[in-house]
Amino acid sequence: MSSSWKMHPVTQLFLARFREFIRQPEAVFWSYVFPLVMMIALGLAFRSEPMEAISIIVQDGDGAELLADSLRSSKSLIVSSGTELQCRQQLRAGQSELIVVAETDNSAAGYRFVFDPTRPGSVHARDVVNDVLQRAAGRQDPVKTTDVAIAEPGSRYIDFLVPGLIGMGLMGGGVWGVGYAIVDMRIRQVLKRFMGTPMKKPHFVAAMMFSRMIFMIPEIIVVLLVSRFLFGVINHGSYLNVMLLIVLGAFEFAGIGLLIASRAKTLEAVSGLMNLAMVPMWIGSGIFFSAKRFPEFVQPVIGLLPLTPVISALRQVMQEGAGTVAILPEIAVIATWGVLTFAVAIRIFRWE
Amino acid sequence: MSLAIECRQLTKTWPGNPPVEAVRGVDLQVERGTCFGVLGPNGAGKTTTIEICEGLVRATSGDAFVLGKSWATQADEIRQEIGISLQETRLSEKLTVLETLTLFRSFYRSGMNPEEAIAKVSLQEKANARIKALSGGQRQRVAVATALVGNPRLLFLDEPTTGLDPQSRRDLWRIITEFREAGGTVLLTTHYMDEAERLCDKVAIFDRGRILAIDTPQKLISDLGAEHVVVFTVSGESAAALSDDFGISLPGVISARIESEHRCLSVREPHVAIPALLTLINERSLRLTSLTTRQATLEDVFVHHAGHRLTDENSGAVR
Repeated sequence: MSSSWKMHPVTQLFLARFREFIRQPEAVFWSYVFPLVMMIALGLAFRSEPMEAISIIVQDGDGAELLADSLRSSKSLIVSSGTELQCRQQLRAGQSELIVVAETDNSAAGYRFVFDPTRPGSVHARDVVNDVLQRAAGRQDPVKTTDVAIAEPGSRYIDFLVPGLIGMGLMGGGVWGVGYAIVDMRIRQVLKRFMGTPMKKPHFVAAMMFSRMIFMIPEIIVVLLVSRFLFGVINHGSYLNVMLLIVLGAFEFAGIGLLIASRAKTLEAVSGLMNLAMVPMWIGSGIFFSAKRFPEFVQPVIGLLPLTPVISALRQVMQEGAGTVAILPEIAVIATWGVLTFAVAIRIFRWE
Repeated sequence: MSLAIECRQLTKTWPGNPPVEAVRGVDLQVERGTCFGVLGPNGAGKTTTIEICEGLVRATSGDAFVLGKSWATQADEIRQEIGISLQETRLSEKLTVLETLTLFRSFYRSGMNPEEAIAKVSLQEKANARIKALSGGQRQRVAVATALVGNPRLLFLDEPTTGLDPQSRRDLWRIITEFREAGGTVLLTTHYMDEAERLCDKVAIFDRGRILAIDTPQKLISDLGAEHVVVFTVSGESAAALSDDFGISLPGVISARIESEHRCLSVREPHVAIPALLTLINERSLRLTSLTTRQATLEDVFVHHAGHRLTDENSGAVR
């Protein structure tokens, strides 16, 4: 300890940030445990399971008994019966996907399907029931088909989710970690006090950025390890590429945090600005579902959001094993954001 | 040898609606090895002036030279040689005293050991305590230690003892005195007159962005022409109707005024003025309810020059 003051200011500023961080147990908890809880909860909620049996209801009337019996012979259907009113209620409540009515008024037997065509489950139920009834009536399939079941790691929802959560952690950690810390130091007049010393401004900024990268590493390792052992999520690409993206992402979001905090004088103001910056990315950048679901005309905007290329490149590496060259376009967007935000932030930064 | 600080016609106008003229033409010369006090009420322009000298605020016009160097061209060199303590800095509560000083030490090319700085402010037993665990006086000493750790030749202290208990104030006075005795120069602001009289070789009295008077505390007081103050209160039917300058016409009385409930007469010779005062009170059928005398202080100097009391909140600001 006796000679530690000989250390470089960047090291000292980094150590100060690091100590402040680890001496706030609640901050550590939220940074490291929250993404983990989120991953486990979502991983369990959306785990891939064989499709459940389909609930349908047969409306009482002539021929209903016979119809219900023939449907019960299919293992993929759960069949109940009721009056027209009960049927409608069950359909509305989502307890049944489809109402099946036997039609006997014509000379030939027929069936009527009542369902909501915008409900994917109902459409599926209609096809399954139709299939069962047609075969029972003696339909012969002209072409022979075979089903092969696969469950390939890398194609499940959890495999899609983990890169998204890593990206979300990079964004939240950078924007909150840097933005909040800087405004807090400004309010406490610590930034102004530093300005009264020979401290070099780039040293301060470098230490903020460097500390962000270091804090990120344990978070990413924990998420990767837990997803590996709990859900079997495998990184199909190189860990070097994952690391590269994490370092670049941490740099990019530290820059965004710095820019957001560059002039804000109160914690309320900076919180508002941070949410303003992050909400579009939470929704649009494909953390939980593919950004490709948005209409074509917003795609260019979504692609240029700071988080989109991070998540997209992480997915390409982890799910598809993409190499560095394949993710160069994303890297270019990330690096541009990082450099631009730092440059603007340093220019407009308010030290007091 | 050049001056420690030299300000020429400094002005600072803060933009706003309406703009605030915080400093309106200040000339200041601080000689090396002295302790210079800037006195005045809140809003008098003390902090703005000291922050211009510290290089934290850019003057609207005028020049400020520190240790013979210009902020415009030699800012980095100046910062290596000065130590500052702002009016209000809340250092990180999560860091220990030693860690805080180690951090500040790393900013300077040369300086003392962090441990040495801690010893200078007598906080050795708190070296490994977090700032959070320190009292207000101890925190202020840490703030002064961060100013000392770069081994400055010039120390800026903005209201170093405001809000501190008497013991903590004396602790800081000792630290400042030791620094000065070792050859350092100190510029401090205060609104405590006793602090200025005790510590400062020279004081400048500020009000409304201007300097009203600069001299040694003793000279400023003796220049009043009245080194004693008679403080009294009267009661009686006609007491409320008395003018504020009741007693001004008495022999040996230089000035008369009201300070809160008391009436004050600045007098040259108390032994002449007091009997005359008692006679006057009798003639008016008033009753004397209290009477004391004291030595004139810088407070009286301030009142004499500014025409209002130092402790009047915001009275010094330009509105």
